[in-house]
Parts: sequence; C-alpha cells; structure tokens
Amino acid sequence: MLRYILNKLALIVPTIFGISLAAFAFVRLLPGDPILAMAGERGVSPERYQELLERFGYNRPIWLQYFDYIGNVLQGDFGISIATKRPVIGEFLALFPATLELATVAMIIAVVIGIPAGIFAAVKRGSWFDQLTMGAALTGYSMPIFWWGLLLIIFFSGYLGWTPVSGRIGLQYFFPPVTGFMLIDSLLSGKSGAFSSAVSHLILPSIVLATIPLAVIARQTRSAMLEVLGEDYVRTARAKGLTPRRVIGMHAFRNALIPVVTTIGLQVGTLMAGAILTETIFSWPGIGKWMIDSIGKRDYVVVQSGLLLIALIVMAVNLIVDLLYAVINPRIRVQ
Amino acid sequence: MIRKLTFAAALAAATVLGGAAANAKTLVYCSEASPAGFDPSPWSGGNDFDASSRTIYSRLVEFEHGKTTITPGLAESWTVSDDGLEYTFKLKPGVKFQTTDYFTPTRDLNADDVIFSFERQWKKDNKWFEYLPGTGWEYFTGMGFPELLKEIVKVDDLTVKFVLNKPEVAFLPDLGMDFASIVSKEYADSLEKAGTMQQFTQKPIGTGPFQFVDYQVDAVIRYAAWDGYFGGRQKIDDLIFAITPDPAVRAQKLKAGECNIMSYPAPADIAGLQADENLNVAEQEGLNIGYMAYNTTVAPFDKVEVRKALNMAVNKQAIIDAVYQGAGQVAVNPIPPTMWSYNTAIKDDEYNPEESKKMLEAAGVKDLSMKIWAMPVSRPYNPNAQRVAELIQADYAKVGVKAEIVSYEWTEYRERGKQKDRDGAFQLGWTGDNGDPDNFLFLLGCDAIGQSNYAIWCNKEFQDLLLKGKATTDQAERTKIYEEAQVVFKREAPWLTIAHSKVFMPMSKKVSGFVMDPLGIHRFDGVDIAE
Repeated sequence: MLRYILNKLALIVPTIFGISLAAFAFVRLLPGDPILAMAGERGVSPERYQELLERFGYNRPIWLQYFDYIGNVLQGDFGISIATKRPVIGEFLALFPATLELATVAMIIAVVIGIPAGIFAAVKRGSWFDQLTMGAALTGYSMPIFWWGLLLIIFFSGYLGWTPVSGRIGLQYFFPPVTGFMLIDSLLSGKSGAFSSAVSHLILPSIVLATIPLAVIARQTRSAMLEVLGEDYVRTARAKGLTPRRVIGMHAFRNALIPVVTTIGLQVGTLMAGAILTETIFSWPGIGKWMIDSIGKRDYVVVQSGLLLIALIVMAVNLIVDLLYAVINPRIRVQ
Repeated sequence: MIRKLTFAAALAAATVLGGAAANAKTLVYCSEASPAGFDPSPWSGGNDFDASSRTIYSRLVEFEHGKTTITPGLAESWTVSDDGLEYTFKLKPGVKFQTTDYFTPTRDLNADDVIFSFERQWKKDNKWFEYLPGTGWEYFTGMGFPELLKEIVKVDDLTVKFVLNKPEVAFLPDLGMDFASIVSKEYADSLEKAGTMQQFTQKPIGTGPFQFVDYQVDAVIRYAAWDGYFGGRQKIDDLIFAITPDPAVRAQKLKAGECNIMSYPAPADIAGLQADENLNVAEQEGLNIGYMAYNTTVAPFDKVEVRKALNMAVNKQAIIDAVYQGAGQVAVNPIPPTMWSYNTAIKDDEYNPEESKKMLEAAGVKDLSMKIWAMPVSRPYNPNAQRVAELIQADYAKVGVKAEIVSYEWTEYRERGKQKDRDGAFQLGWTGDNGDPDNFLFLLGCDAIGQSNYAIWCNKEFQDLLLKGKATTDQAERTKIYEEAQVVFKREAPWLTIAHSKVFMPMSKKVSGFVMDPLGIHRFDGVDIAE
C-alpha cells in the first residue's frame, strides 16, 4: 500500500514539469502580445514597447524565461499579473474558494442524482425509465453550457422569478470573507437571510455545471452495473435467495463502483473546464472567469501559473481517487 | 425535488426583495468588466475609469455633465499666457481628500498633489513611476504629455503653473481626461513610508463624489457617498458596481431588479428592454466613428478614383439596418455630427454600383482581388465587423471586385494593420477622448503612420491644416480649419466612413438624474433613486 502511494506521488513530479512546460509554451503560442494587449487600442510607442519588453524580460531567450519561471515557482513565487499588477497566488487564493464551492456542490448534485439514476436504469434495463434517463443524459452531455445557462436564467430568474440571475449572494449582504466559501461565511456572518441568499445563488450555476458530469456518471454507472449484473457471482447471490436490494447494493454496486469512481475523478477536470463558461454566465467570481479574462489579455504570468495551479489541484484530486481505489478494491492493496 | 427547488427559490426571492427594500438609497450598476485597479492613471479601459477616476477622483477641469465643454473642477479659475505656453491654475480652497478607515488626511488639496499627480507618470526617477511593475502610463504618453510638458511649477499652495514646450489647444480638454485625475501626495508619502505602495491602487483616496469601501475581485465594488465632497454630498448613500460580463445576463438582472442601471446592452436586447414598462432606455449619439481604411500606399488604392469608386460600391444604409439594427447613422465625415466643427455641407459618396463600376474601369482596374479586414471583437463603433465585412464583400462583388475576409486575434489584428505593405482595407474605429476634433483627425495625421493611421495616408494639405488647428486658440478659427480638413478628407477618401453608433443606457424608472455622457463615461454623481 505504501509503495502504491509512493509510486503515485513519484509520478506527480514529472507531470508537474510537463504541465508547467506545456502551459508556458501554450500561452506563448497564442497569437497576440501581452504588452500590446495591456496598451489597449491607443497603442504604445516603439520605444516604450521595447522598454516594457525588457522590463518583463520577454526579449530574453525563451528557455531562459522558462527556467526563471520554474525556479521562481519552486520557491513559491508564481509571479505578478501583467494586467492587474497583483501577485498571481493572491488572486488565485482569493478566487479559488468560489470555484471550489461551486464545483463541490455541482459534483454532489452529479453524484447524488447520477449514481442512483444509473443503477435504476441498469436494473430496469429497456424500461421507459431507462430510455428516459439515458435520453436525458445524452441531451445533457450534448448541451452547450452557455446556451443552457442562459436558458435557465431566462426561465427561472426572468420568467418565473424564482432564483437570482447571477452573483454569489444578495448585494445587501456585506461581510468580510473568512473562509472564502460563501455558504460557510454567510452562516458565520450571523446575518439573517444571508445563508438562504447564498444557497439561492448557487442553485442555477451548480445545476448548469453539474449537467455534463451528471450525464457521464449516470451513463457510466448504468454500463458498469449492467456488466456486473451479468456476472456469475451476482447470479450466485440471487440463487442464495438474497433480496434484490442486497444483491444490487452489496454485490453488484460495490464492484461497479470502481469504474464509476474513476469517472468521477476524471470529471474534476471537466468541472474545471465547465467552470470557465458557467462562471462567465453567472458572473461567478472564480478562477474559470479569471483564466478566460487573462487569456484575453494575454497575461502570460496568470495563464501559465493559473494553469499550473489548476493542474496541481486536479492532480491532487486524482491522487485522492487513486487512494480511494485502494480502499474500494482490495486487489490494489494486496499488489 | 421540484417541490424542494420551488421552496428554496421562493425563499431566495423573498430574501432578494426584502433586501432591496431595506437599501432604498443604494444604486446598483451592472458593469461590464472588473477594473484592473483603482489608480486612475495607469490603465486605459472605460471600465477602469468608471470604477476609479469618475467615482473616486476629480480633475483640475471637468467636462460638463453630458457635454464636452470644459468647466472648473478642482481649479476654480485659470489663465493662459498669450503665447499659449503657460497655463496657471488657481485651486479651490478647502477641497478635502476622503477620510476612510485606512487613511485620514491631515491637510486639504494643494499644488503638491497636482504636481505629484503628473510627475509620477512623467519622470522616470520618480519613485512612483514604476510602483506597479511595467506600468506604461499609456494615456499620459499617448496624449503626448512627455513631449508637451516642460515643467510644472508650484507658485503657491493653491496656484500651480504648467509650462509647455509648444502651444497645444487641446491641453485643457486633455486635463479633463481620466489619466489627469488628481491623487493625494500625502497618502502616497504615507504608503511609501510604510512600504505598502501597491495599496495606492487597491485602496484609493481621492476628492471625488464617492469613497471606496470594498472590492471583491471580479464580483462587487462598493462605494459610499463622500460627505466632504466639494461639489456637495450625493443623494444616494451607497453605490454598488455588480460586475456582470455577459450583456444578456446584465439585461436579465436589470429586468429582475437586481440592478438599477446597466452598461452596453446587446443590440438584440434593446427592443425587449424598451418594451419593459419598469425600465427607461436612454440613448445618445456616440462620439465615435466606425471606418474602413484603405492602404493608400499600395496599388490600386493609391489612386483617389479607385478609393472613391469602392466607397460608392458600398450600401452603408444596409449595414446600419442589418448590423447596427438601426442604432447608428451613416458616417459622412471622420468626426461625429455632434462634435463642433462638423462640416454639414459635405455630401457623402453616393451609393451607385453602376457608376462605381465605370469609375473602376476608367481607372484601369479590372478583376481586382483584395482583402477586407474584420475585427475579431465587438466595439461600440462596430458591433459586428465580420458581418459588416460580409455585406461589403457582397457589394464589391456587384462591381466585379473579389474580396476575401481576414481576421486575427485582437492585438495581432491591430499590429498587422499597421504594416506598411498591408494588403486590403482595414476596419477599425475610434471613440473620442475629450470632445476636441483634433482627437479624431489626428488619426489621419502623417505622424500617426505606424500607430493609429491605418490608411498610411500622409496628405500635406490635410497635415498643414491639422498643425494649424493645433496652434490656433480661437474656436471659430479652428472650426473653419477643421471644416476645410474634412473637405480634403472627403475629396481624398482614405477611409470608407461607415457609421456613428448610438449608445444605449437602460435603467429602472426609479433612477433619476443620470446623464449620458458623449465620451462614454458612466458618472453617478447627481443620480438619485426613488424609494
């Protein structure tokens, strides 16, 4: 088990270097220039352009820029944003809780609805419920997030007036952030109505962000369950006279869970990608919107460091998932 | 599940409504983007100015609310020397900088603050020149201040003199611009001493109508009315910017009452907003121009008759109808009709494909293939350059010109457009900074080639008029000069002038006192909201 964990940890180091290199190269491959983007439509004189190029060090050989960057990162210095002149790590830490809160709620929705729906669809294979669930999953998976988000806003916020249009909490609630998680901070604030306001603001964005993972988890659960339900040990369990609930819960689902957990782990990356659009639609001040704004401004420092930080988090989640395997699957522990 | 959702939503709606009633004197503005910071001078975006210079700061002179006329600001009066080289400003006495929980000023505004406000952008040995790494002070340099200013002298505590290297008639309007906002030297000194200079842009102190309260990055900016504002306390107590990047979502928030006023509605949403009985949609001619610049140094666009013929091939009204959806007007001159010195006697090139075809043939142009450049972004002066390009492409086809549409990433687009051997006609536009005609016509000056002159057009007659206009102080005389410059422009046709767009500002009917600004600024001083 210890060797298993050490192996997984050892893999992280080259992955981080690979990602840092890819992020560094990716942002420089984009057409455009951070200094010109910063100057805006008014432009900048060639002399000042040259000065700024030197000031930011972009006139130096690219490999030297990379080694400086990675050297600073290893010392915990992720750089200063070209656009806002604020430290990247400070901006990331200020915005990340909003994304984490949204992604966590979205994942809870996806798992709590997706897994039972998948199990049910597998057990009732070919029934109307199965057809309906899988049809809805396919629709959810294919739906453009931007369109889906606007549709929900227009219907639930505009037409029915049930939910707020965007933001994290009603503007009348003003308290300093303690944890950065609005659900917790609103409770800590002690202000009446703050928590329910935070919950109501989470409803639509988390539904939108949960849509694709929910569809994927439901489909994966269904196919994993169908495979397991055909196995000999399930037939044996049934022959022993166990109740259907026990057969499905104890024997089938436990074994079907392994690929489902893998899928859930992989969906963390999807959530991060989905957050970019969801946060933009719902004016959600998280790292998705931050990254997209920074790409637009060709803020090399934010894009390369932001991508690296996001990758670190996705890797950390995947590591947790890998460790969970060991808990779920005794074969890994033995190996 | 539906029942649960309904309950949660109803609870939330009650919360929102309840909160709104409790904050009757709060004005919520749905803004389009986060500010880069709250120092009014380093950045150049309209959203940066709205959040900093126009709310928190003041300037020596101000643009009259809703106009481009210069009025006294922090300076109660000024004199200009006969040679136009010295501007002496008398500051208003007793102007207070804002007192906040992070700074308490010990003195009123004085000449030191004025000198500091400019020198930090000008002198590289000033400790504040690079307090934000890599700051370009784009507006200060872009308006030519480093070359223009000779010195700034403190005559006494309340008198300050600007000495220029050359006469500059637009100097006063320039001082009304955002980059020329006056900041507190005392506050800067205290931060320098504490080693926290970066706080200057994060926790601002100014003399404007509102003081900064809080900024939640990418979400909300909060201001409170500044009790000591020299122009009098505002009627609203709190001003909130709810940052909402998507225009469709801003429109929904306004309809739902989550904000009271919004910026830049999408053209497609305007009719719906106008139809809403709870909303007013104010509109104004934008101080802007959308154009397409020929490369006048490359054949066959170096011939005036070819440029004229191509201009006559384009049905501009169809562009206004299809792309601007009526929210604009056909542009004739390079300056908008609302600007002084606009030459009403000039007639636009007539839309006449047949004549255009004949003129091209007469010029020896046959089977012309060219590029039409389309901006990748929507701008106030051109909401959809790609669609405009498609319409022009179709019009050109009717006169036998084959056009290919090209586009690049936004910064690269502008850089490629400046290349002297650029192929084809280049779409762009301009929004005025200070209401002076020179602020538009300089785009076509010889010295703007390689920067903002995308027609790469250098006409001696036009250039001489530009220089004459800048050296003349009498406005009636300048009007004549610029009217003549427009005649030269129209005769030489370096651009296809496409449109001047309208700007819309939807707001709740409860909002009063909001004045639309021709310079595209969003000002909230003087605004009130009914309880």
